[in-house]
Amino acid sequence: MNIPFTRHTLDNGLDILLHEDHACPIVAVNIWYHVGSKNEQPGRTGFAHLFEHLMFEGSQHHDHGFFQPLQGAGATLNGSTNADRTNYWEVVPTGALELALWMESDRMGYLLPALTEAKFTNQRDVVLNERRQNYENRPYGLAPMALLAALFPPEHPYHWTTIGDVADLQAAKLDEVRAFFRRYYHPANASIALAGDVDPDEALALVDRYFGEIDAGERVAPIHVDASLPRDIRIQFEDRIELPRLYLAWITPAMFAEGDADLDLATDLLANGKTSRLYRRLVFDERLATDVSASQNSREMMGYAQITATAAPGHTLAELERVIFEEIARLAAEGPTDEEIERGRVQAEAQFMFRLQTVGGFGGKSDQLNAYNVFLKDPSYFPKDLARYQVCTKASLQAVVNRYLDPARRVTLSIVPHGRASLAAPDSTTAAVS
Amino acid sequence: MTQPISGQGAKADRTQLPAPGPTRPFPFPAIEKSTLPNGLRVWTVRHTQVPLVAFTLLIRRGASSDPAGKDGLAAVTADMLDEGSGDRSAIEIHEALARLGAQFDTDIGSDATVTSVTVLSRFTRRALELLSDVVVRPAIRESDFSRVRQLRLHRLTQMRDMPGAVADRAFLKLVYGPHSYGHSPIGSETALASMQVDDVRAFHARAIRPGVSTLIAVGDCDHAAMVQMASEAFADWTGAGDAEPADAGSLPQSARLNIVPRARAPQSELRIGQVSAARDTPDYHPLVVANTILGGQFVSRINLNLREDKGLTYGARTAFEFRRRSGPFVLQVSVQTSGTAKAIEESLAEIAGIRGSRPVTAAELELGIAALTRGYARSFETGEQIGRGALQLALYDLPDDYFEQFVPRIERVTAEDVSRVMSRHLDPARMVTLVVGDLDVVGKDLEALGLGDPVILPPEAF
Repeated sequence: MNIPFTRHTLDNGLDILLHEDHACPIVAVNIWYHVGSKNEQPGRTGFAHLFEHLMFEGSQHHDHGFFQPLQGAGATLNGSTNADRTNYWEVVPTGALELALWMESDRMGYLLPALTEAKFTNQRDVVLNERRQNYENRPYGLAPMALLAALFPPEHPYHWTTIGDVADLQAAKLDEVRAFFRRYYHPANASIALAGDVDPDEALALVDRYFGEIDAGERVAPIHVDASLPRDIRIQFEDRIELPRLYLAWITPAMFAEGDADLDLATDLLANGKTSRLYRRLVFDERLATDVSASQNSREMMGYAQITATAAPGHTLAELERVIFEEIARLAAEGPTDEEIERGRVQAEAQFMFRLQTVGGFGGKSDQLNAYNVFLKDPSYFPKDLARYQVCTKASLQAVVNRYLDPARRVTLSIVPHGRASLAAPDSTTAAVS
Repeated sequence: MTQPISGQGAKADRTQLPAPGPTRPFPFPAIEKSTLPNGLRVWTVRHTQVPLVAFTLLIRRGASSDPAGKDGLAAVTADMLDEGSGDRSAIEIHEALARLGAQFDTDIGSDATVTSVTVLSRFTRRALELLSDVVVRPAIRESDFSRVRQLRLHRLTQMRDMPGAVADRAFLKLVYGPHSYGHSPIGSETALASMQVDDVRAFHARAIRPGVSTLIAVGDCDHAAMVQMASEAFADWTGAGDAEPADAGSLPQSARLNIVPRARAPQSELRIGQVSAARDTPDYHPLVVANTILGGQFVSRINLNLREDKGLTYGARTAFEFRRRSGPFVLQVSVQTSGTAKAIEESLAEIAGIRGSRPVTAAELELGIAALTRGYARSFETGEQIGRGALQLALYDLPDDYFEQFVPRIERVTAEDVSRVMSRHLDPARMVTLVVGDLDVVGKDLEALGLGDPVILPPEAF
């Protein structure tokens, strides 16, 4: 199981990854810029994502919006920003590859001449509405703000969410957009992957034609800021909800680092799906909770593991907290069963096979090649990535649970209905979130 | 692996966009069909890119088959399918699925219940046996039922605080009233509270039957072998299924403007629409083109207006939700509270415009048609996508050449067709607007819209 590819590098430093798959007459174009919200400064949060919006508003040689010509060619397209990277993609019919490369290269090389105050103001309003829709006007929607702010200290680049603070978005200036583009949007900080119905020589010549003329730009130095939790940080806030919800979070290893895959499997067997230990106890047997889930959220500098559970009516978050730590302690003491290890292996194999089904879009083969290239400088990492999960053992899972899911160093966040502070986990102080 | 590049090629011409080349012909997936003696249809599609097999089991009975007073029964029944089978508990069923690394899902809509399983090819037979265990032989035990019902009641409680969910439920009630399409599959608290496990058993006995079902397998599967495997796995499943629900009575005449108050909401969740066309309308292809231009893509009139021009929203869209019987047309958008009345006014004007006062231009038509046709092949990339495509044929009785005919039929749509079908299927006099938002802030603006005084709906009604 792998994603066969060839890698080429233009003189200006742009990495090109090519993967052929002729099953469908479509080509995926996928570009990563190695910049995310962790490159922002306190007081200027939300900038990387706001900038991503402006990339769809036209560039010097096609200043009429990015979507129209591509949708007219039968493409689907999108972009996204997270803490560590920004990606842009199109999936086009084979004959429209050149159009997609023209468009992507124009906004990589020539965005600023087309940028206006009016576009900037419009897209800031759109982003403020995105924030209202996905966070402010949604039950429990402000949980990520509170969690990240408690996990990482104020100056740490993971302290804030990618959507950013409202005051920061409102304070953003057009000049800052220009500076941001010059610093991060150029070939030396980008990687392009083409996957699908491509002729490699032809595709390479096209990429060279459209991207080769763009100045390399400065290399962006990697950033790393350590973080560790000093204690159990217990916070709560009230929301417009009916049922209280408990969030537990720990700082964990970085993406692809030692322990990352083990924590993926450990959080799965704790609380992912009906076979998981916490689902069985909290939802199925004791009916204390309506739902429970867990994940290892891997990031470039470090990750954080999270367990989330919603209390059933009549139950408190203290009850959920007690059961969750009983199960963590049991897993730490006894390790997983052979059956759990075996299931984890097969599920990893299936999950990786599922990832080979699409050439483009979020998580498609082109996106994966770029992820491995940008984060590891190793686009051939797919089988090695799978192997990380296949070598996990009872002992290695047990070790990460002991080491990282430490009851003494964590964030304990309670979100409770208005006026029902007594439902929160005990000894929580009120957190200010917006 | 790194290879140098010469840099000797032609220079980029940025004076104009390169015209897309021709679309490479694409063979649409061929569906092989058989019917088992018990009435179960077995359809297979060979798709061998990745060693996976995707099973989709379509049962052509869904939430619109809920008996009167038992809204939510079909959904609870669907939920109960994987809550144990034979001697096995719910947990044991899911452990068996997990041992295959299976992706398992149950989905319920108005017209159908769909269960799907995707697995590595080497587990094909095991997956089919498990699928048959959950669909044909669910245990439907009292204790599991009480837990599932309780979880659904909790879910309904939580949904009261989700503006989108409140809007969806309120909108269906406003446009359909007591019609069997008038409730969301999850049903209501009253109906769920009085439901009994015997109701689930009875629903399973009358609706979850092979006579109304199609098993679709996509992957590296030989048709004859799959039919053989399915006939073994589903041998003891019998029954024709009860009659499809009929249209009952007339639709309600709701107020044109309605609001579910949500104090201090930073946005208003809007639904604007009405009962419109069924999937079997002869106007299907023109309506698809018309909707694409009005609100079906990023560069649609509504999204460009409300988002890209006015910045009032993160995104706006419209859809004809085609069903076996007349389905809803709905515009849905979440707008900043201060822009509520403006967004309604602009939305209604866009709908009125595309009905004829502002006909689609040649450029809009060309773009809409191209967007639907040029990338059509991308809908057939994965086994699950192909399975969903085949499901449409099975659910709506579409002909075998449906996929081949899609592109030419869309290409034949004219600007006159768009005006004609939008006039026929959208009626401003019957168009209902619903707001879930801050009444204190938007109330005055709403009154000024000329749609009559807004009717205030209590949140607990949904």
